[in-house]
Amino acid sequence: MEGDIVQMGAYIGAGLACMGMGGAAVGVGNVAGNFLAGALRNPSAAAGQTATLFIGIAFAEALGIFSFLVALLLMFAV
Amino acid sequence: MASETESEGLAFHPMDQFIVRPLFGGETVHWYTPTNATLWMALTILAVVLFFVTGTRGRAIVPSRIQSIAELGYGFVHKMVEDVAGKDALKFFPYIFTLFCFIVFSNFLGLLPRAFTTTSHIAVTAVMAVAVFLTVTIVGFVKNGAAFLGLFWVSSAPLALRPVLALIEVISYFVRPVSHSIRLAGNMMAGHAVIKVFAAFAPLVLISGIGVVVTPLSIIAITAMYGLEILVAFIQAYVFTILTCVYLKDALHPHH
Amino acid sequence: MANSTEPAAEAVTGAATEAAGHVAEAAGHVAEKAGMPQLDFATFPNQIFWLVVALVMIYLVLSRVALPRIGGILADRQGTITNDLAAAEDLKASALAAEKAYEQALVDARAEAQKIIAEARAVIQAEVDEATAHADAEIAARAAESERRIGEIRASAVDSVREVARDTAAALVAALGGSVDAKAIATAVTARLKG
Repeated sequence: MEGDIVQMGAYIGAGLACMGMGGAAVGVGNVAGNFLAGALRNPSAAAGQTATLFIGIAFAEALGIFSFLVALLLMFAV
Repeated sequence: MASETESEGLAFHPMDQFIVRPLFGGETVHWYTPTNATLWMALTILAVVLFFVTGTRGRAIVPSRIQSIAELGYGFVHKMVEDVAGKDALKFFPYIFTLFCFIVFSNFLGLLPRAFTTTSHIAVTAVMAVAVFLTVTIVGFVKNGAAFLGLFWVSSAPLALRPVLALIEVISYFVRPVSHSIRLAGNMMAGHAVIKVFAAFAPLVLISGIGVVVTPLSIIAITAMYGLEILVAFIQAYVFTILTCVYLKDALHPHH
Repeated sequence: MANSTEPAAEAVTGAATEAAGHVAEAAGHVAEKAGMPQLDFATFPNQIFWLVVALVMIYLVLSRVALPRIGGILADRQGTITNDLAAAEDLKASALAAEKAYEQALVDARAEAQKIIAEARAVIQAEVDEATAHADAEIAARAAESERRIGEIRASAVDSVREVARDTAAALVAALGGSVDAKAIATAVTARLKG
Protein backbone atom coordinates (compact mmCIF):
# COMPACT_ATOMS: atom_id res chain seq x y z
CA MET A 1 0.00 0.00 0.00
CA GLU A 2 2.81 2.34 0.88
CA GLY A 3 4.48 1.57 -2.46
CA ASP A 4 1.23 2.34 -4.24
CA ILE A 5 1.07 5.76 -2.65
CA VAL A 6 4.66 6.47 -3.67
CA GLN A 7 3.79 5.31 -7.18
CA MET A 8 0.72 7.52 -7.23
CA GLY A 9 2.71 10.51 -6.06
CA ALA A 10 5.32 9.89 -8.71
CA TYR A 11 2.72 9.78 -11.45
CA ILE A 12 0.93 12.88 -10.19
CA GLY A 13 4.27 14.62 -10.01
CA ALA A 14 5.07 13.53 -13.56
CA GLY A 15 1.80 15.00 -14.73
CA LEU A 16 2.50 18.25 -12.88
CA ALA A 17 6.00 18.40 -14.33
CA CYS A 18 4.51 18.20 -17.80
CA MET A 19 2.89 21.56 -17.18
CA GLY A 20 6.37 23.02 -17.53
CA MET A 21 6.26 22.11 -21.19
CA GLY A 22 3.39 24.56 -21.59
CA GLY A 23 5.70 27.26 -20.30
CA ALA A 24 8.32 26.24 -22.82
CA ALA A 25 5.68 26.37 -25.54
CA VAL A 26 4.75 29.92 -24.49
CA GLY A 27 8.41 30.88 -24.44
CA VAL A 28 9.22 29.44 -27.86
CA GLY A 29 6.09 30.99 -29.32
CA ASN A 30 7.05 34.33 -27.83
CA VAL A 31 10.54 34.19 -29.30
CA ALA A 32 9.33 33.13 -32.75
CA GLY A 33 6.43 35.57 -32.77
CA ASN A 34 8.56 38.53 -31.80
CA PHE A 35 11.13 37.53 -34.38
CA LEU A 36 8.42 37.44 -37.02
CA ALA A 37 7.05 40.81 -35.95
CA GLY A 38 10.52 42.32 -36.12
CA ALA A 39 11.29 40.59 -39.41
CA LEU A 40 8.13 41.96 -41.01
CA ARG A 41 9.06 45.44 -39.90
CA ASN A 42 12.60 45.21 -41.17
CA PRO A 43 12.87 42.26 -43.56
CA SER A 44 16.40 43.15 -44.64
CA ALA A 45 17.75 42.59 -41.13
CA ALA A 46 15.91 39.28 -40.65
CA ALA A 47 18.31 37.04 -42.53
CA GLY A 48 21.23 37.98 -40.30
CA GLN A 49 19.33 37.22 -37.12
CA THR A 50 18.11 33.68 -37.80
CA ALA A 51 21.03 32.29 -35.81
CA THR A 52 19.97 34.40 -32.85
CA LEU A 53 16.42 33.17 -33.34
CA PHE A 54 17.48 29.55 -33.14
CA ILE A 55 19.69 30.17 -30.13
CA GLY A 56 16.77 31.87 -28.38
CA ILE A 57 14.41 29.04 -29.26
CA ALA A 58 16.98 26.50 -28.06
CA PHE A 59 17.35 28.23 -24.70
CA ALA A 60 13.59 28.56 -24.22
CA GLU A 61 13.02 25.00 -25.26
CA ALA A 62 15.76 23.53 -23.06
CA LEU A 63 13.71 24.36 -19.96
CA GLY A 64 10.71 22.54 -21.37
CA ILE A 65 12.99 19.58 -22.02
CA PHE A 66 14.10 19.76 -18.39
CA SER A 67 10.49 19.46 -17.23
CA PHE A 68 9.97 16.57 -19.61
CA LEU A 69 13.06 14.95 -18.14
CA VAL A 70 11.72 15.41 -14.63
CA ALA A 71 8.48 13.75 -15.72
CA LEU A 72 10.36 10.83 -17.23
CA LEU A 73 12.51 10.45 -14.13
CA LEU A 74 9.41 10.36 -11.95
CA MET A 75 7.77 7.84 -14.25
CA PHE A 76 10.64 5.47 -14.76
CA ALA A 77 13.47 6.14 -12.37
CA VAL A 78 11.89 6.87 -8.99
CA MET B 1 -8.87 -12.99 -21.16
CA ALA B 2 -9.75 -9.65 -22.77
CA SER B 3 -7.58 -7.86 -20.30
CA GLU B 4 -4.67 -10.05 -21.25
CA THR B 5 -5.04 -9.50 -24.99
CA GLU B 6 -5.32 -5.78 -24.50
CA SER B 7 -2.29 -5.48 -22.30
CA GLU B 8 -0.43 -7.52 -24.86
CA GLY B 9 -1.83 -5.55 -27.79
CA LEU B 10 -1.51 -2.07 -26.36
CA ALA B 11 1.94 -2.43 -24.88
CA PHE B 12 3.30 0.97 -23.89
CA HIS B 13 7.06 0.58 -23.88
CA PRO B 14 8.14 3.93 -25.25
CA MET B 15 11.58 3.69 -23.69
CA ASP B 16 12.45 0.18 -24.86
CA GLN B 17 13.85 1.55 -28.13
CA PHE B 18 16.65 3.17 -26.17
CA ILE B 19 17.91 0.01 -24.49
CA VAL B 20 21.54 -0.76 -25.26
CA ARG B 21 21.88 -4.44 -26.15
CA PRO B 22 24.90 -6.50 -27.09
CA LEU B 23 24.87 -7.04 -30.81
CA PHE B 24 25.94 -10.70 -30.88
CA GLY B 25 23.93 -12.22 -28.02
CA GLY B 26 24.95 -12.31 -24.40
CA GLU B 27 23.57 -10.21 -21.55
CA THR B 28 26.27 -8.11 -19.97
CA VAL B 29 27.47 -4.94 -21.65
CA HIS B 30 31.22 -4.59 -21.13
CA TRP B 31 32.98 -1.45 -22.22
CA TYR B 32 34.24 -3.15 -25.36
CA THR B 33 31.09 -5.14 -26.27
CA PRO B 34 29.79 -4.28 -29.74
CA THR B 35 26.22 -3.14 -29.08
CA ASN B 36 23.42 -1.68 -31.15
CA ALA B 37 24.86 1.72 -30.22
CA THR B 38 28.13 0.60 -31.81
CA LEU B 39 26.30 -0.52 -34.94
CA TRP B 40 24.52 2.79 -35.42
CA MET B 41 27.66 4.79 -34.71
CA ALA B 42 29.41 2.68 -37.33
CA LEU B 43 26.57 3.46 -39.76
CA THR B 44 27.02 7.13 -38.93
CA ILE B 45 30.71 6.89 -39.82
CA LEU B 46 29.74 5.07 -43.00
CA ALA B 47 27.28 7.82 -43.92
CA VAL B 48 29.91 10.49 -43.29
CA VAL B 49 32.41 8.64 -45.45
CA LEU B 50 29.77 8.11 -48.14
CA PHE B 51 28.84 11.77 -48.28
CA PHE B 52 32.13 13.51 -47.72
CA VAL B 53 34.68 11.11 -49.20
CA THR B 54 32.94 8.98 -51.83
CA GLY B 55 30.60 11.77 -52.84
CA THR B 56 33.40 14.24 -53.48
CA ARG B 57 35.67 11.73 -55.25
CA GLY B 58 34.96 13.31 -58.62
CA ARG B 59 36.25 16.73 -57.46
CA ALA B 60 33.92 18.09 -60.13
CA ILE B 61 33.78 21.81 -60.78
CA VAL B 62 30.10 21.31 -61.55
CA PRO B 63 29.14 19.09 -58.60
CA SER B 64 27.09 15.91 -58.61
CA ARG B 65 24.13 15.71 -56.22
CA ILE B 66 25.96 14.12 -53.31
CA GLN B 67 28.94 16.40 -53.80
CA SER B 68 26.73 19.46 -53.72
CA ILE B 69 25.19 18.26 -50.44
CA ALA B 70 28.68 17.79 -49.03
CA GLU B 71 29.66 21.26 -50.22
CA LEU B 72 26.46 22.69 -48.79
CA GLY B 73 27.21 21.19 -45.37
CA TYR B 74 30.79 22.40 -45.52
CA GLY B 75 29.76 25.91 -46.49
CA PHE B 76 26.97 25.97 -43.90
CA VAL B 77 29.19 25.10 -40.95
CA HIS B 78 32.15 27.09 -42.28
CA LYS B 79 30.03 30.22 -42.53
CA MET B 80 28.51 29.57 -39.12
CA VAL B 81 31.93 29.28 -37.46
CA GLU B 82 33.21 32.36 -39.27
CA ASP B 83 30.14 34.50 -38.56
CA VAL B 84 29.54 33.50 -34.95
CA ALA B 85 32.98 32.76 -33.55
CA GLY B 86 35.14 34.88 -35.82
CA LYS B 87 37.89 34.23 -38.34
CA ASP B 88 40.42 33.02 -35.77
CA ALA B 89 38.04 30.22 -34.77
CA LEU B 90 38.41 28.60 -38.18
CA LYS B 91 41.22 26.38 -36.93
CA PHE B 92 38.58 24.64 -34.80
CA PHE B 93 36.46 24.11 -37.88
CA PRO B 94 37.28 20.38 -38.36
CA TYR B 95 36.48 19.77 -34.70
CA ILE B 96 33.12 21.55 -34.91
CA PHE B 97 32.33 19.96 -38.24
CA THR B 98 32.99 16.52 -36.75
CA LEU B 99 30.46 17.18 -34.00
CA PHE B 100 27.95 18.54 -36.51
CA CYS B 101 28.34 15.56 -38.83
CA PHE B 102 28.08 13.02 -36.06
CA ILE B 103 24.96 14.62 -34.60
CA VAL B 104 23.16 15.29 -37.83
CA PHE B 105 23.78 11.84 -39.27
CA SER B 106 22.95 10.09 -35.99
CA ASN B 107 19.73 12.06 -35.73
CA PHE B 108 18.63 11.26 -39.26
CA LEU B 109 19.69 7.60 -39.07
CA GLY B 110 17.79 7.34 -35.79
CA LEU B 111 14.62 8.33 -37.63
CA LEU B 112 14.70 5.11 -39.66
CA PRO B 113 12.17 2.63 -38.35
CA ARG B 114 13.64 0.17 -35.81
CA ALA B 115 16.78 2.27 -35.61
CA PHE B 116 18.69 3.10 -32.47
CA THR B 117 19.29 6.80 -31.88
CA THR B 118 22.74 7.19 -30.38
CA THR B 119 22.24 10.89 -29.71
CA SER B 120 19.21 10.17 -27.48
CA HIS B 121 21.57 8.94 -24.77
CA ILE B 122 22.77 11.31 -22.10
CA ALA B 123 26.08 9.46 -22.00
CA VAL B 124 26.80 10.29 -25.63
CA THR B 125 25.67 13.91 -25.61
CA ALA B 126 27.28 14.56 -22.23
CA VAL B 127 30.65 13.40 -23.52
CA MET B 128 30.37 15.76 -26.47
CA ALA B 129 29.15 18.64 -24.33
CA VAL B 130 31.88 18.12 -21.72
CA ALA B 131 34.45 17.91 -24.50
CA VAL B 132 33.22 21.25 -25.83
CA PHE B 133 33.19 22.71 -22.31
CA LEU B 134 36.74 21.58 -21.58
CA THR B 135 38.01 22.73 -24.96
CA VAL B 136 36.44 26.12 -24.55
CA THR B 137 37.72 26.57 -21.00
CA ILE B 138 41.25 25.44 -21.83
CA VAL B 139 41.39 27.53 -24.99
CA GLY B 140 40.06 30.51 -23.06
CA PHE B 141 42.73 30.29 -20.40
CA VAL B 142 45.54 29.52 -22.84
CA LYS B 143 44.61 32.40 -25.14
CA ASN B 144 43.72 35.04 -22.58
CA GLY B 145 45.28 33.85 -19.33
CA ALA B 146 43.60 35.30 -16.27
CA ALA B 147 41.84 37.85 -18.47
CA PHE B 148 39.47 35.03 -19.38
CA LEU B 149 37.90 35.53 -15.94
CA GLY B 150 36.74 38.91 -17.25
CA LEU B 151 33.98 36.90 -18.92
CA PHE B 152 32.30 36.71 -15.52
CA TRP B 153 32.91 40.32 -14.52
CA VAL B 154 30.34 42.38 -16.42
CA SER B 155 32.13 45.72 -16.57
CA SER B 156 29.20 47.47 -18.22
CA ALA B 157 26.92 46.83 -15.21
CA PRO B 158 26.71 49.10 -12.12
CA LEU B 159 29.41 48.28 -9.60
CA ALA B 160 26.98 47.14 -6.90
CA LEU B 161 25.41 44.61 -9.25
CA ARG B 162 28.66 43.14 -10.51
CA PRO B 163 29.30 40.51 -7.78
CA VAL B 164 25.73 39.24 -8.14
CA LEU B 165 26.05 39.13 -11.90
CA ALA B 166 29.42 37.42 -11.58
CA LEU B 167 27.84 34.70 -9.45
CA ILE B 168 25.05 34.25 -11.99
CA GLU B 169 27.55 34.19 -14.85
CA VAL B 170 29.68 31.55 -13.11
CA ILE B 171 26.65 29.38 -12.45
CA SER B 172 25.40 29.75 -16.01
CA TYR B 173 28.89 28.94 -17.27
CA PHE B 174 28.93 25.65 -15.39
CA VAL B 175 25.34 24.81 -16.33
CA ARG B 176 26.30 25.10 -20.01
CA PRO B 177 27.44 21.50 -20.54
CA VAL B 178 24.35 20.24 -18.69
CA SER B 179 21.86 22.15 -20.80
CA HIS B 180 23.96 21.60 -23.90
CA SER B 181 23.81 17.82 -23.54
CA ILE B 182 20.31 17.44 -22.13
CA ARG B 183 18.80 19.64 -24.84
CA LEU B 184 19.98 17.31 -27.58
CA ALA B 185 19.32 14.03 -25.78
CA GLY B 186 15.98 15.25 -24.44
CA ASN B 187 14.76 16.41 -27.83
CA MET B 188 15.68 13.16 -29.47
CA MET B 189 14.29 11.04 -26.65
CA ALA B 190 11.05 13.03 -26.41
CA GLY B 191 10.24 12.86 -30.10
CA HIS B 192 10.98 9.17 -30.40
CA ALA B 193 9.06 8.34 -27.21
CA VAL B 194 6.02 10.29 -28.41
CA ILE B 195 6.08 8.51 -31.77
CA LYS B 196 6.30 5.21 -29.88
CA VAL B 197 3.34 6.12 -27.67
CA PHE B 198 1.23 6.96 -30.72
CA ALA B 199 2.42 3.77 -32.37
CA ALA B 200 1.24 1.81 -29.35
CA PHE B 201 -2.29 3.14 -29.93
CA ALA B 202 -2.27 2.11 -33.59
CA PRO B 203 -3.16 -1.59 -33.19
CA LEU B 204 -6.26 -0.71 -31.13
CA VAL B 205 -8.49 -1.45 -34.14
CA LEU B 206 -7.58 -5.13 -33.76
CA ILE B 207 -8.80 -5.17 -30.18
CA SER B 208 -11.65 -2.76 -29.69
CA GLY B 209 -14.36 -1.02 -31.70
CA ILE B 210 -13.13 2.42 -30.67
CA GLY B 211 -9.99 1.65 -32.63
CA VAL B 212 -11.80 2.55 -35.86
CA VAL B 213 -11.41 6.17 -34.74
CA VAL B 214 -8.22 5.90 -32.75
CA THR B 215 -6.09 4.00 -35.24
CA PRO B 216 -6.30 6.50 -38.14
CA LEU B 217 -5.80 9.33 -35.68
CA SER B 218 -2.69 7.72 -34.27
CA ILE B 219 -1.30 7.04 -37.72
CA ILE B 220 -1.88 10.68 -38.69
CA ALA B 221 -0.25 11.74 -35.43
CA ILE B 222 2.77 9.50 -36.11
CA THR B 223 3.14 11.05 -39.57
CA ALA B 224 2.92 14.56 -38.19
CA MET B 225 5.38 13.81 -35.39
CA TYR B 226 7.72 12.22 -37.91
CA GLY B 227 7.69 15.39 -39.98
CA LEU B 228 8.38 17.43 -36.89
CA GLU B 229 11.17 15.05 -35.90
CA ILE B 230 12.88 15.49 -39.27
CA LEU B 231 12.88 19.22 -38.58
CA VAL B 232 14.05 18.73 -34.99
CA ALA B 233 16.80 16.33 -36.05
CA PHE B 234 18.39 19.05 -38.14
CA ILE B 235 17.63 21.98 -35.85
CA GLN B 236 19.13 20.26 -32.82
CA ALA B 237 22.33 19.50 -34.71
CA TYR B 238 22.37 23.14 -35.83
CA VAL B 239 21.71 24.40 -32.31
CA PHE B 240 24.41 22.18 -30.79
CA THR B 241 26.90 23.41 -33.36
CA ILE B 242 25.99 27.07 -33.11
CA LEU B 243 26.13 26.98 -29.30
CA THR B 244 29.57 25.42 -29.60
CA CYS B 245 30.51 28.38 -31.79
CA VAL B 246 29.03 30.84 -29.29
CA TYR B 247 30.99 29.28 -26.42
CA LEU B 248 34.12 29.30 -28.57
CA LYS B 249 33.60 32.98 -29.28
CA ASP B 250 33.46 33.59 -25.50
CA ALA B 251 36.76 31.79 -25.15
CA LEU B 252 38.47 33.66 -27.96
CA HIS B 253 37.01 37.10 -27.24
CA PRO B 254 35.94 37.11 -23.57
CA HIS B 255 35.12 40.83 -23.44
CA HIS B 256 31.46 41.57 -23.47
CA MET C 1 -15.45 -7.80 -36.42
CA ALA C 2 -18.23 -10.07 -35.08
CA ASN C 3 -16.13 -11.62 -32.35
CA SER C 4 -14.60 -8.29 -31.41
CA THR C 5 -17.84 -6.92 -29.89
CA GLU C 6 -17.43 -9.00 -26.76
CA PRO C 7 -13.91 -7.81 -25.96
CA ALA C 8 -14.95 -4.28 -26.89
CA ALA C 9 -17.78 -4.28 -24.40
CA GLU C 10 -15.45 -5.84 -21.88
CA ALA C 11 -12.90 -3.14 -22.59
CA VAL C 12 -15.38 -0.30 -22.15
CA THR C 13 -16.83 -1.62 -18.90
CA GLY C 14 -13.57 -2.66 -17.36
CA ALA C 15 -11.48 0.18 -18.63
CA ALA C 16 -10.56 1.53 -15.22
CA THR C 17 -9.51 -1.76 -13.74
CA GLU C 18 -7.65 -2.64 -16.87
CA ALA C 19 -5.79 0.62 -16.90
CA ALA C 20 -4.83 0.11 -13.31
CA GLY C 21 -3.67 -3.41 -14.06
CA HIS C 22 -1.73 -2.25 -17.06
CA VAL C 23 -0.05 0.49 -15.11
CA ALA C 24 0.86 -1.94 -12.37
CA GLU C 25 2.20 -4.34 -14.95
CA ALA C 26 4.13 -1.58 -16.69
CA ALA C 27 5.50 -0.41 -13.39
CA GLY C 28 6.60 -3.91 -12.59
CA HIS C 29 8.17 -4.25 -15.98
CA VAL C 30 9.94 -0.94 -15.58
CA ALA C 31 11.16 -1.74 -12.09
CA GLU C 32 12.61 -4.96 -13.41
CA LYS C 33 14.26 -3.03 -16.28
CA ALA C 34 15.74 -0.54 -13.81
CA GLY C 35 14.10 2.59 -15.22
CA MET C 36 15.17 4.66 -18.18
CA PRO C 37 17.72 3.06 -20.46
CA GLN C 38 19.46 6.43 -20.53
CA LEU C 39 20.18 6.13 -16.81
CA ASP C 40 21.48 2.57 -16.97
CA PHE C 41 24.98 3.42 -15.86
CA ALA C 42 26.25 -0.06 -16.72
CA THR C 43 26.13 0.84 -20.41
CA PHE C 44 27.92 4.17 -20.02
CA PRO C 45 31.52 2.97 -20.42
CA ASN C 46 30.51 1.04 -23.51
CA GLN C 47 28.75 4.00 -25.13
CA ILE C 48 31.49 6.44 -24.21
CA PHE C 49 34.17 4.13 -25.57
CA TRP C 50 32.43 3.61 -28.89
CA LEU C 51 31.48 7.27 -29.12
CA VAL C 52 35.11 8.30 -28.72
CA VAL C 53 36.11 5.74 -31.34
CA ALA C 54 33.43 7.04 -33.72
CA LEU C 55 34.29 10.68 -33.16
CA VAL C 56 38.00 10.09 -33.64
CA MET C 57 37.34 8.18 -36.85
CA ILE C 58 35.03 10.85 -38.20
CA TYR C 59 37.55 13.52 -37.20
CA LEU C 60 40.38 11.71 -38.96
CA VAL C 61 38.31 11.07 -42.08
CA LEU C 62 37.12 14.66 -42.23
CA SER C 63 40.31 16.49 -41.35
CA ARG C 64 42.63 14.25 -43.40
CA VAL C 65 40.56 13.57 -46.49
CA ALA C 66 37.21 15.23 -46.80
CA LEU C 67 37.67 18.80 -45.64
CA PRO C 68 40.88 19.56 -47.57
CA ARG C 69 39.29 18.03 -50.63
CA ILE C 70 36.04 20.01 -50.34
CA GLY C 71 38.00 23.16 -49.52
CA GLY C 72 40.13 22.52 -52.59
CA ILE C 73 37.06 21.98 -54.75
CA LEU C 74 35.48 25.19 -53.51
CA ALA C 75 38.73 27.12 -53.98
CA ASP C 76 39.10 25.65 -57.49
CA ARG C 77 35.58 26.66 -58.33
CA GLN C 78 36.17 30.12 -56.94
CA GLY C 79 39.35 30.32 -58.99
CA THR C 80 37.56 29.15 -62.11
CA ILE C 81 34.79 31.65 -61.56
CA THR C 82 37.30 34.44 -60.96
CA ASN C 83 39.28 33.46 -64.05
CA ASP C 84 36.17 33.27 -66.14
CA LEU C 85 35.06 36.63 -64.87
CA ALA C 86 38.48 38.10 -65.66
CA ALA C 87 38.39 36.55 -69.13
CA ALA C 88 34.91 37.91 -69.65
CA GLU C 89 36.17 41.31 -68.49
CA ASP C 90 39.05 41.09 -71.00
CA LEU C 91 36.70 40.10 -73.79
CA LYS C 92 34.40 42.93 -72.90
CA ALA C 93 37.32 45.36 -72.92
CA SER C 94 38.48 44.11 -76.32
CA ALA C 95 34.94 44.32 -77.64
CA LEU C 96 34.79 47.90 -76.39
CA ALA C 97 38.12 48.64 -78.04
CA ALA C 98 36.90 47.12 -81.30
CA GLU C 99 33.79 49.20 -81.11
CA LYS C 100 35.85 52.29 -80.46
CA ALA C 101 38.12 51.50 -83.40
CA TYR C 102 35.08 51.01 -85.58
CA GLU C 103 33.66 54.34 -84.45
CA GLN C 104 37.02 55.97 -85.15
CA ALA C 105 37.18 54.39 -88.59
CA LEU C 106 33.68 55.62 -89.25
CA VAL C 107 34.61 59.13 -88.19
CA ASP C 108 37.78 59.01 -90.32
CA ALA C 109 35.90 57.73 -93.33
CA ARG C 110 33.34 60.43 -92.91
CA ALA C 111 36.04 63.09 -92.70
CA GLU C 112 37.76 61.59 -95.75
CA ALA C 113 34.52 61.65 -97.65
CA GLN C 114 33.99 65.26 -96.65
CA LYS C 115 37.45 66.09 -97.85
CA ILE C 116 36.95 64.30 -101.16
CA ILE C 117 33.63 66.03 -101.62
CA ALA C 118 35.23 69.41 -100.91
CA GLU C 119 38.07 68.70 -103.34
CA ALA C 120 35.68 67.55 -106.02
CA ARG C 121 33.59 70.61 -105.47
CA ALA C 122 36.67 72.83 -105.73
CA VAL C 123 37.77 71.10 -108.94
CA ILE C 124 34.34 71.39 -110.42
CA GLN C 125 34.14 75.03 -109.37
CA ALA C 126 37.47 75.72 -111.02
CA GLU C 127 36.36 73.98 -114.18
CA VAL C 128 33.09 75.87 -114.14
CA ASP C 129 34.95 79.14 -113.61
CA GLU C 130 37.33 78.36 -116.41
CA ALA C 131 34.53 77.38 -118.73
CA THR C 132 32.64 80.51 -117.81
CA ALA C 133 35.69 82.67 -118.47
CA HIS C 134 36.31 80.89 -121.76
CA ALA C 135 32.71 81.31 -122.77
CA ASP C 136 32.79 84.97 -121.79
CA ALA C 137 35.93 85.49 -123.81
CA GLU C 138 34.43 83.78 -126.82
CA ILE C 139 31.26 85.77 -126.50
CA ALA C 140 33.28 88.97 -126.29
CA ALA C 141 35.32 87.95 -129.36
CA ARG C 142 32.21 87.11 -131.28
CA ALA C 143 30.61 90.38 -130.27
CA ALA C 144 33.72 92.25 -131.40
CA GLU C 145 33.72 90.40 -134.73
CA SER C 146 30.08 91.18 -135.22
CA GLU C 147 30.77 94.78 -134.33
CA ARG C 148 33.56 94.92 -136.90
CA ARG C 149 31.45 93.28 -139.58
CA ILE C 150 28.61 95.68 -138.89
CA GLY C 151 31.12 98.53 -139.17
CA GLU C 152 32.42 97.12 -142.45
CA ILE C 153 28.92 96.65 -143.74
CA ARG C 154 28.06 100.15 -142.69
CA ALA C 155 31.21 101.54 -144.37
CA SER C 156 30.59 99.62 -147.57
CA ALA C 157 26.99 100.87 -147.50
CA VAL C 158 28.25 104.47 -147.28
CA ASP C 159 30.64 103.85 -150.21
CA SER C 160 27.84 102.38 -152.25
CA VAL C 161 25.65 105.34 -151.45
CA ARG C 162 28.48 107.67 -152.52
CA GLU C 163 29.00 105.78 -155.76
CA VAL C 164 25.29 105.71 -156.49
CA ALA C 165 25.07 109.39 -155.65
CA ARG C 166 28.03 110.22 -157.97
CA ASP C 167 26.67 108.14 -160.77
CA THR C 168 23.25 109.67 -160.33
CA ALA C 169 24.73 113.15 -160.16
CA ALA C 170 26.80 112.48 -163.33
CA ALA C 171 23.74 111.18 -165.12
CA LEU C 172 21.73 114.15 -163.98
CA VAL C 173 24.41 116.53 -165.08
CA ALA C 174 24.65 114.77 -168.48
CA ALA C 175 20.91 114.84 -168.87
CA LEU C 176 20.78 118.51 -168.08
CA GLY C 177 23.31 119.07 -170.80
CA GLY C 178 26.33 119.95 -168.92
CA SER C 179 29.77 118.60 -169.26
CA VAL C 180 30.55 115.92 -166.90
CA ASP C 181 33.39 116.87 -164.69
CA ALA C 182 33.92 113.72 -162.60
CA LYS C 183 36.16 115.46 -160.13
CA ALA C 184 33.74 118.21 -159.31
CA ILE C 185 30.90 115.82 -158.93
CA ALA C 186 32.83 113.65 -156.51
CA THR C 187 33.71 116.68 -154.43
CA ALA C 188 30.15 117.88 -154.37
CA VAL C 189 28.79 114.46 -153.43
CA THR C 190 31.30 114.09 -150.68
CA ALA C 191 30.41 117.55 -149.35
CA ARG C 192 26.76 116.79 -149.51
CA LEU C 193 27.17 113.40 -147.75
CA LYS C 194 29.13 115.02 -145.01
CA GLY C 195 26.61 117.71 -144.41
